Amino acid sequence: MYVELKNIDKAFNKFQASDNISFGIEKGKLVGLLGPSGSGKTTILRMIAGLETPDAGDIFIDGKRVNNIAASKRGIGFVFQNYALFRYMTVYDNVAFGLKVQKVPKSEIKERVLELIRLVGLEGLEKRYPHQLSGGQKQRVAFARALAPNPHLLLLDEPFAAIDAKVRIELRSWLREMINKLKITSVFVTHDQDEAIEVADEIIVTNKGKVEQIGSPSDIYKNPVTPFVAQFMGHSALLESGVRFRGFEKAAGLSQAVIRPEFVKVVKKGNLQEHMSASEEGRIENVAFRGDSLELKVNVNGVVITANRSLEKEELQVGEVVDVLIYRIYTFDGNTARLIQNENMKDDNSIFI
Amino acid sequence: MKTKKGKRVIPGFGLSMGITLSFLSLLVLIPFASIVFSASSLGFQGFIETVTSKRVLAGYKVSFLCALIATLFNSVFGVILSWVLVRYEFPYKRVADGLIELPFALPTAVAGISLTALYSDQGWLGRFFSKAGIKITYTQIGIIVAMIFITIPFVVRAIQPVLEKIDGQYEEAASMLGAKRSTIFLKVILPEILPALLTGSGLAFARALGEYGSVVFIAGNTPFKTEIAPLLIMSKLQQYDYSGATAIALVMLIVSFIILLIINAIQMFSSKFTRE
Amino acid sequence: MEQTHQDSKAVRRILITVSIFFLVIMLVFPVALVLTEAIKNGWNTYIKAISDQYTIKALQITIMATVTAVLVNTFFGLFAAWLISKFKFRGKRILTTFLDIPFAVSPVIAGLIFILTFGRIGWAYDFLTKINVQIVFAVPGVILATIFVTLPFISREIIPVMNAQRDEEEAAALMGAKGLYIFRKVTFPHIKWALLYGIILCTARAMGEFGAVSVLSGHLRGQTNTLPLHIEILYNEFEYVQAFAVSSILVVLAVVILIIRNIVEYKGRKEAGL
Repeated sequence: MYVELKNIDKAFNKFQASDNISFGIEKGKLVGLLGPSGSGKTTILRMIAGLETPDAGDIFIDGKRVNNIAASKRGIGFVFQNYALFRYMTVYDNVAFGLKVQKVPKSEIKERVLELIRLVGLEGLEKRYPHQLSGGQKQRVAFARALAPNPHLLLLDEPFAAIDAKVRIELRSWLREMINKLKITSVFVTHDQDEAIEVADEIIVTNKGKVEQIGSPSDIYKNPVTPFVAQFMGHSALLESGVRFRGFEKAAGLSQAVIRPEFVKVVKKGNLQEHMSASEEGRIENVAFRGDSLELKVNVNGVVITANRSLEKEELQVGEVVDVLIYRIYTFDGNTARLIQNENMKDDNSIFI
Repeated sequence: MKTKKGKRVIPGFGLSMGITLSFLSLLVLIPFASIVFSASSLGFQGFIETVTSKRVLAGYKVSFLCALIATLFNSVFGVILSWVLVRYEFPYKRVADGLIELPFALPTAVAGISLTALYSDQGWLGRFFSKAGIKITYTQIGIIVAMIFITIPFVVRAIQPVLEKIDGQYEEAASMLGAKRSTIFLKVILPEILPALLTGSGLAFARALGEYGSVVFIAGNTPFKTEIAPLLIMSKLQQYDYSGATAIALVMLIVSFIILLIINAIQMFSSKFTRE
Repeated sequence: MEQTHQDSKAVRRILITVSIFFLVIMLVFPVALVLTEAIKNGWNTYIKAISDQYTIKALQITIMATVTAVLVNTFFGLFAAWLISKFKFRGKRILTTFLDIPFAVSPVIAGLIFILTFGRIGWAYDFLTKINVQIVFAVPGVILATIFVTLPFISREIIPVMNAQRDEEEAAALMGAKGLYIFRKVTFPHIKWALLYGIILCTARAMGEFGAVSVLSGHLRGQTNTLPLHIEILYNEFEYVQAFAVSSILVVLAVVILIIRNIVEYKGRKEAGL
């Protein structure tokens, strides 16, 4: 493991930001720290950077215990959410800052700075000041600046949170490309699961100061290990007690369940041709246009479920009675989540949607 | 914002413009026009003669030089004081912070006689200096001390709010890039507070130049040595040499105007960088 | 911010010590000295000095000038601040610069200017004699000088606050509220601490004004002398103890002002959630 946290505790006044956190990050991986606000992910990042000190526990980077090493001496690149570009310096001087601190000779600085500026696609803008740049450009300068002194670890704190939606999507793939090219171990913090899923090699899900699950994006998404992860990922609907759907009799006693729209298929009455024994009747409560699809809210046995419907299919009206097929749900058995298939669909060869 | 017809949305424009303009005219513009008229009655020749007479030039030099030194001194200490007040905790900090405004709250004449007594040869502080052979009262040093006293608040109060609002991020970023504290201060923090520092210093300088009450007691007012320009104006007035007084005043006014313009320019220039 | 990027203990200690040293020498000593010298010759002399008829008259004139200046400048300040912070118009920057002039001009020059305008050689003189008003070398002159010197104090304090919130007034105006109503309900709650602070500064400066008043006053004891002028006269006549005794009144007032100002600032910050 390149970065290791062992039994880390951190509290701010009475608030426990990190509660006995332990995990490791492999060299060269791009890891995403994902979780809701206040879950402790930024705190973890800042402790690795040395911007906060843990109350208890050890942090190891490249085998060395770094708890007592100052942030400025850890050789880590850090990209801030609000860029933190030095406002009174040009792009060039910003990127060159870390190199000047290391007393690198001027000609070398020039070479490296220009190389980096080219790498991030901002040639020609060396003499500009931060206030003359767009949000996306500023973040790319921040990125170049963090990389200039050749850090062995790159940390990014919600790097795209302050950026326009469209630019954000471009920058995500750009970031992934960059880091792959540079092969630098990176950790980034985000509360946006789409971002985590798209960018990260591995995701660490945090909640209330604890680590909920670590795994690849598809692992986390498809095989959630805890109720929180099951419910946090995807557009999940949390169902309360008394789940009673055909084919899920085993789940009837359990108190909580999670259904994702991709587990549900809504079919116009009369069109259902298979799995009749597995289907339930439902009434459409709401139809919402989502740009590339429709989002339906269907009331099945008193429970409102969210489902998606392609725009190509026949229109459905509010109040209409339809057939609903539920392929699988997550249920919670104490603190573990389990994926249960619809019993009545098991005989046919169902395909994962 | 204006409506389609070009009317302003918020009411009160006419009234507030009227009142503001009348006050400014009565109290500022018209009296200032008088000074220009009066100076012109001296004639260009006479004006130049008065203003370049040896004694007057000496007066300008004394005022200017002392104000400059006092301002530089206060710039340095202003930064130190505001840094300490914003970043550190220590007992009685609130008292120290409140004390800063004393030169604003204390009448200049009281400051004048008090400083004179303090730094005189038998004064609480003056006696140490006189043992070392340094005389403060009735010398330019005394003038500088008085000017330092009255301009302490200008720089401190200009920098404090800026320091308080500086985002900690900049320092963290610089730290992550390996910089040590002194580098961070010079390269990151100083540029951020520089506009406020310059503005505060500019106002301090203008104030020190024109200061009368607190300086006139400690200065001793020896012509050519410790005579400040405002005092020259005062003596001309006492001799009823109005045009002479006016000429001297006009030069000082022009300097004040220039300072104000420079301060304005600095503020406009720097606000570009801090625009989001 | 954590200790990881704070200044070292040594640096901190040095800077704090230097600062306290500086403040004590530059600020505390002068105040202490005034108080010590004032009661040097005993309490009786002290009481006599401050209850002397000229002192009392000077105090009255000072108070009169101060109160007038504060009232006039509050009135002016509110309107000027409203004008500058709520509207855009051509020449706004020039206006703002003019507003700062009393701040940057030597008080002696301020006095001179009024003499030139309203004094015997001034062009307004004949007009004034006609309506039987004497300004120069009379109390009105003192008051006028005080008003001039403190003109920007109040507007300067409230303009930044008012600048920061134009939206609320616009919203209120769009809903049909009238000027005074908007001011009372929307603007005033925001500016009340800044306003109070400006009034305090204005009061302090007005009481302490020396240069401008000195020019315009005529130094007539018992008639046109403010407290600072009275102090000057005592000092020049070598009546040191008396001078310091009278000064002590102003020193006490200054300390009171500082305390009030601290309380006001503390309350203002609490309300702003700082």
